[in-house]
Amino acid sequence: MLKLPIYLDNNATTQMDPRVFEAMKPYFLEIYGNAASKSHPFGWAAEEAVDYARGQVASLIGASEKEIIFTSGATESNNLAIKGVFEMYASKGNHIITLSTEHKAVLDACKHLEKLGAEVTYLSVGYDGMIDPAVIEAAIKPNTILVTVMYGNNELGVVQKITEIGAICKKHGVLFHSDATQAVGKIPVDVLADHIDLMSFTAHKMYGPKGVGALYVRRKNPRVKVTAQMDGGGHERGMRSGTLNVTGIVGFGKACEIAKTDMAEESTRLSGMRDRLERELLTLEESYLNGNKEYRLPHTTNISFKYVEGEGLMMGVKDVAVSSGSACTSASLEPSYVLKSLGLDDELAHSSLRFGLGRFTTEAEIDYTINLVKEAVTKLREMSPLWEMFKEGIDLKSIQWSEH
Amino acid sequence: MAYSDKVIDHYTNPRNIGTLDKSKTNVGTGLVGAPECGDVMRLQIEVDETTGIIQDAKFKTFGCGSAIASSSLATEWLKGKSIDDALNIDNMEIVEELALPPVKIHCSVLAEDAIRSAINDYRGKNGLEPIESTKVHH
Repeated sequence: MLKLPIYLDNNATTQMDPRVFEAMKPYFLEIYGNAASKSHPFGWAAEEAVDYARGQVASLIGASEKEIIFTSGATESNNLAIKGVFEMYASKGNHIITLSTEHKAVLDACKHLEKLGAEVTYLSVGYDGMIDPAVIEAAIKPNTILVTVMYGNNELGVVQKITEIGAICKKHGVLFHSDATQAVGKIPVDVLADHIDLMSFTAHKMYGPKGVGALYVRRKNPRVKVTAQMDGGGHERGMRSGTLNVTGIVGFGKACEIAKTDMAEESTRLSGMRDRLERELLTLEESYLNGNKEYRLPHTTNISFKYVEGEGLMMGVKDVAVSSGSACTSASLEPSYVLKSLGLDDELAHSSLRFGLGRFTTEAEIDYTINLVKEAVTKLREMSPLWEMFKEGIDLKSIQWSEH
Repeated sequence: MAYSDKVIDHYTNPRNIGTLDKSKTNVGTGLVGAPECGDVMRLQIEVDETTGIIQDAKFKTFGCGSAIASSSLATEWLKGKSIDDALNIDNMEIVEELALPPVKIHCSVLAEDAIRSAINDYRGKNGLEPIESTKVHH
């Protein structure tokens, strides 16, 4: 039986896997010690659980367990990586390279550092959301200390050429950080093969609990260090103080273990459903896929339905939880900066929906979604003056619109 | 953000969607907003030339649920009103009727602009001066 509403917003967060929940259960009431308590069995049990989880997390990304710093989530990991590198390597330079399509946690951390004397280059991506690695190489200067490029984009699902970018950074002796929040657990990520020095990711995007994330910090070739942004007891090799969230970390570990085992089969299943959804929705006249079709995550698609406004459309498909590039609710009325970075007209950005499939998505849910979206788009176009003008052959660009 | 029942009602069962013949001298058309802002409203009135009463009103809107509801409600209110009474429709009445939250007030402003624009189009066609808005919108 189909249960409504349907959740297709898995890029925002995911439902916890029941296996993860089972693994976490004993760590609420029974094993409650502080992993930093070295003097009694309560602490030892907690530490043992954290060590085991650290191994599970490291194994998913091809790292060693000593390279995993647990944090509260990807936002904190991004902040620690970028601000921590800026402080630690201040004597080497102050230039950071990033993309205009990064998550706000990266962009705003960079903006913060600009006030402290950093020089930041925000590179534009192509119409398909991709950055040409050669453009990054050309932007590297003698004072460049860090390149930070997202692995898979949250809005588009576009996956950058990380291995090539990593190799370029290595060649120039520049540290490479990647915000891999959307990619880890969904596609194979190997920090060694990808030449990644620092990498942010989080449990709740891969069917684990919210409130726990990790920063991978390379220990060899080169040995990377970041200045702590949280002062205190010196946990996590002095890079992130604060009592460890043992229960969350146990869940994170289990989520990584499951992801590693199930990834190949799951990504095939999800991309099959995603492709069907996309193919069907693109049969609608004047609908367009946003982002590169080849280099992307298996579970995401972002489609603009021209002449229909995204928020109005979401209301029409209220039994399906999705997100839109439209920002009708924001005071600025500005649509998604990611879609605008691609060079999309504001109008197309306002007309976009993002579908994020997940482990628990079913074929029946996809069938339902296809029908519902098709109906809603058709209905809203019938009441859209822009659609009527388009059908009459009027060029919308020729009209003097009244800005408001 | 949750929508009010009235917004949902107008969105689900919009009143008076459609198009009037804009070449007729007794039809006034207002087209306001801009595609890049995510809202475009087209509101049309058909005026009985002997009585000066709005006998029909139609709309089409590209926008969020609140924009669609604001224009749908406007057409309901316009029918049967004289031009002068129509000019007295205030955007805050729409806000109250639909229980629009602060971030959606601009939808009601747009509907008021559309009414004024349609009336001025009708006036222009009939050799009358446009009526200036006395309100200052943010």
